[in-house]
Amino acid sequence: MPAPIRLRELIRTIRTARTQAEEREMIQKECAAIRSSFREEDNTYRCRNVAKLLYMHMLGYPAHFGQLECLKLIASQKFTDKRIGYLGAMLLLDERQDVHLLMTNCIKNDLNHSTQYVQGLALCTLGCMGSSEMCRDLAGEVEKLLKTSNSYLRKKAALCAVHVIRKVPELMEMFLPATKNLLSEKNHGVLHTSVVLLTEMCERSPDMLTHFRKLVPQLVRILKNLIMSGYSPEHDVSGISDPFLQVRILRLLRILGKSDDDSSEAMNDILAQVATNTETSKNVGNAILFPLLQTDHNAVQRHRSTIVDCLKDLDVSIKRRAMELSFALVNGNNIRGMMKELLYFLDSCDPEFKADCASGVFLAAEKYAPSKRWHIDTIMRVLTTAGSYVRDDSVPNLIQLITNSVEMHAYTVQRLYKALLDDISQQPLVQVASWCIGEYGDLLVSGQCEEEEPIQVTEDEVLDVLEGLLVSNLSTPVTRGYSLTAIMKLSTRFSSVNRIKKVVSIYGSSIDVELQQRAVEYNALFKKYDHMRYELRWCSTHSLLTGGRTRSHLNETALPTKPASAGGELLDLLGDLSLSGMPSMTVPLDAESAHSDRSSRHAPNVSLSSRAGIPPMTAYNKNGLKIEFTFERSNPNPNISVITIHASNTTEADMTDFVFQAAVPKVWPQSVVMTRPGGGALKRTESDSFLKLQQQLRMRIKLTYTYKGAPVQDLAEVNNFPPQSWQ
Amino acid sequence: MRFMLLFSRQGKLRLQKWYVPLSDPQKKKISREVIQMVLARKPKMCSFLEWRDLKIVYKRYASLYFCCAVEDQENELITLEIIHRYVELLDKYFGSVCELDIIFNFEKAYYILDEFILGGEAQETSKKIVLKAIEQADMLQEVGPIYFMKAFSARWAI
Repeated sequence: MPAPIRLRELIRTIRTARTQAEEREMIQKECAAIRSSFREEDNTYRCRNVAKLLYMHMLGYPAHFGQLECLKLIASQKFTDKRIGYLGAMLLLDERQDVHLLMTNCIKNDLNHSTQYVQGLALCTLGCMGSSEMCRDLAGEVEKLLKTSNSYLRKKAALCAVHVIRKVPELMEMFLPATKNLLSEKNHGVLHTSVVLLTEMCERSPDMLTHFRKLVPQLVRILKNLIMSGYSPEHDVSGISDPFLQVRILRLLRILGKSDDDSSEAMNDILAQVATNTETSKNVGNAILFPLLQTDHNAVQRHRSTIVDCLKDLDVSIKRRAMELSFALVNGNNIRGMMKELLYFLDSCDPEFKADCASGVFLAAEKYAPSKRWHIDTIMRVLTTAGSYVRDDSVPNLIQLITNSVEMHAYTVQRLYKALLDDISQQPLVQVASWCIGEYGDLLVSGQCEEEEPIQVTEDEVLDVLEGLLVSNLSTPVTRGYSLTAIMKLSTRFSSVNRIKKVVSIYGSSIDVELQQRAVEYNALFKKYDHMRYELRWCSTHSLLTGGRTRSHLNETALPTKPASAGGELLDLLGDLSLSGMPSMTVPLDAESAHSDRSSRHAPNVSLSSRAGIPPMTAYNKNGLKIEFTFERSNPNPNISVITIHASNTTEADMTDFVFQAAVPKVWPQSVVMTRPGGGALKRTESDSFLKLQQQLRMRIKLTYTYKGAPVQDLAEVNNFPPQSWQ
Repeated sequence: MRFMLLFSRQGKLRLQKWYVPLSDPQKKKISREVIQMVLARKPKMCSFLEWRDLKIVYKRYASLYFCCAVEDQENELITLEIIHRYVELLDKYFGSVCELDIIFNFEKAYYILDEFILGGEAQETSKKIVLKAIEQADMLQEVGPIYFMKAFSARWAI
């Protein structure tokens, strides 16, 4: 039988094929020859045949019939055979193959071979593709080699150990003793692989992390030597000494230094040094700075300009990374400059970045704003340039911010008004602007702005703008809600009440149920509770607070989304009062109500002192949620008692999606009207008459809210109404 | 590193090294996808791509693309350096390496890679030492089985 053709010969031949079909034919012919050669158990040419098979495998053709042959090659005594055999194993014999395990014994023998290159082959194969079973069987051998003085083997053993640990994490402990003096090696290969091993162990186990913390001084010393020592041609890359090792050490230091002050202290100097000494004109320098940035922001502030320049790069990945880094680098000192760049970026960047960038700008501005005016200006800039990309939850936050900047109210409302004149398409901008105008419209009209030239605007013009929002196709239902409420609020500030009344009554028949409800209630305010309109002046959007003891009003709600079923639930609520109760009156809070209201001006009932001699009472106080009732006699009709509900949250987390439901026994049906603070009646089912009752007022309340991500529900009975409140 | 691929401008695979266990069809599918993605990149574009949960780091050297897939927390800049180091090793070994060298000596390309990277991590940061090891291993191939044990039984501490 003629000798099988050589590998290079085959490659040459196959490359002459002009079509896929021709190539396939050649391959099939050769495969047949190889198969018969394998059958003959020919030792001489096995190596050559397997090599050819591997070439054909790379072209995409099946080569599984060569798997066993690889094993035979590995078992051979010829180094050439072993080399190809192990290569074949790595390419053809992944751990899913049954044949895979048969390698274990061969590898074990070769790990103990007298020639280090054979040992190296075995370690390499084990470290690249050893299965968990194999790793378990051979971990002991690897551990032995980890302690050898032969650096060639030691570095390979270290990476092999990493693989073993990844496959069988329980075996991590057994490598611990061998790590003892890994870092005292001079050889960079061993140092590098040792640091990789240590990193792997520290990432997997907090105990290991604590154990290895004592290595920080040693690591720092090695790093120092790398930077300080002169030119070393062997390890130099563009003027930097062994950047691979530097990067690895920095990464390990970052892990060891996390939340440990002592370690961090020890590192600070060297980190600063690395940062200063590293030339960033080449990729290599940047490669080192990257993990550095993750460890210590101070040290790399001076590279800010490079990063900011990257914001203008053409490539999307670079831009994103630059944006993230820029936000990480922002601090009180560089806020003005950085913000200028970031706002410019926001202007010109792709839509996919705008939301994140806007959020980042708001956060940074909140943390480091040098002045209130600057802060408001920055927000304005974001709203006008990227207004439609701003996240929904930013709106309440911004409103709160504006609320708290008392001296800037006139300036803010003026700027927002002007922005509205330009563009009403960006919903977050429109919402914030509407709210502001509703609150501070009087400042706008009276031209009180100090910060800039006050504009002349009449009440009618303002109302025109707000009404324009109501009718515009560009406005979302939420935005319409904002503008209607703003118009309503202006009824207490403007003199053109009639016009407002008209608008409000028109929307009483709006198709949009939310708008309709609001309009109906506001109408009611005009008709029956005129004096309470002034309570609207302090309507702000917020829900239960975190922590603070501030009283907040339940406010500005969305349409109750469960009217139909709610009745049923509350009928249950009243179950054993043995009276059929009235369907619920729910007061859910919508997403608008998201932030706290800290200004005292915004709490008309600041103290819960008794009004008209009726003492306030605590209706519910559990799990940090406290609900208090205050009473007052309605002004025009002293037979009506108005109960105001104050809910406060004294825990450190938010309570959201708060729903308050109350039911009273049917004896009282026509007498209890649930209203929102400021007077908007939620539901009226009765005539104006009022029955004086002999029975004690009782109420069942049901509370649902979300706390720390989990839904909470509670029922309670309120019996301790002071007699004066209902008699 | 999860895997490394070398392929030509026509998308022909010249070397594939996998550091994670995957079936052949899976490897084929991934290779095809990654190759397509990288070949579609324009010349001035960034060397880093995000793909699934990995980062693809690639660089073109003449007619050959060198492409690595690393995990998210890996430093892609140093991965670029690793690619470059590998090319330098090939260059030193073959003497002004070109694609044909890698086609006709693919097994050597693998040996060099395996002497530089083990289990997806660099095992030796000195060019000199890697090349020396290859040289010595090559010499071992020349010697027949009889002298195998004797001549090279000494441990080489490099």
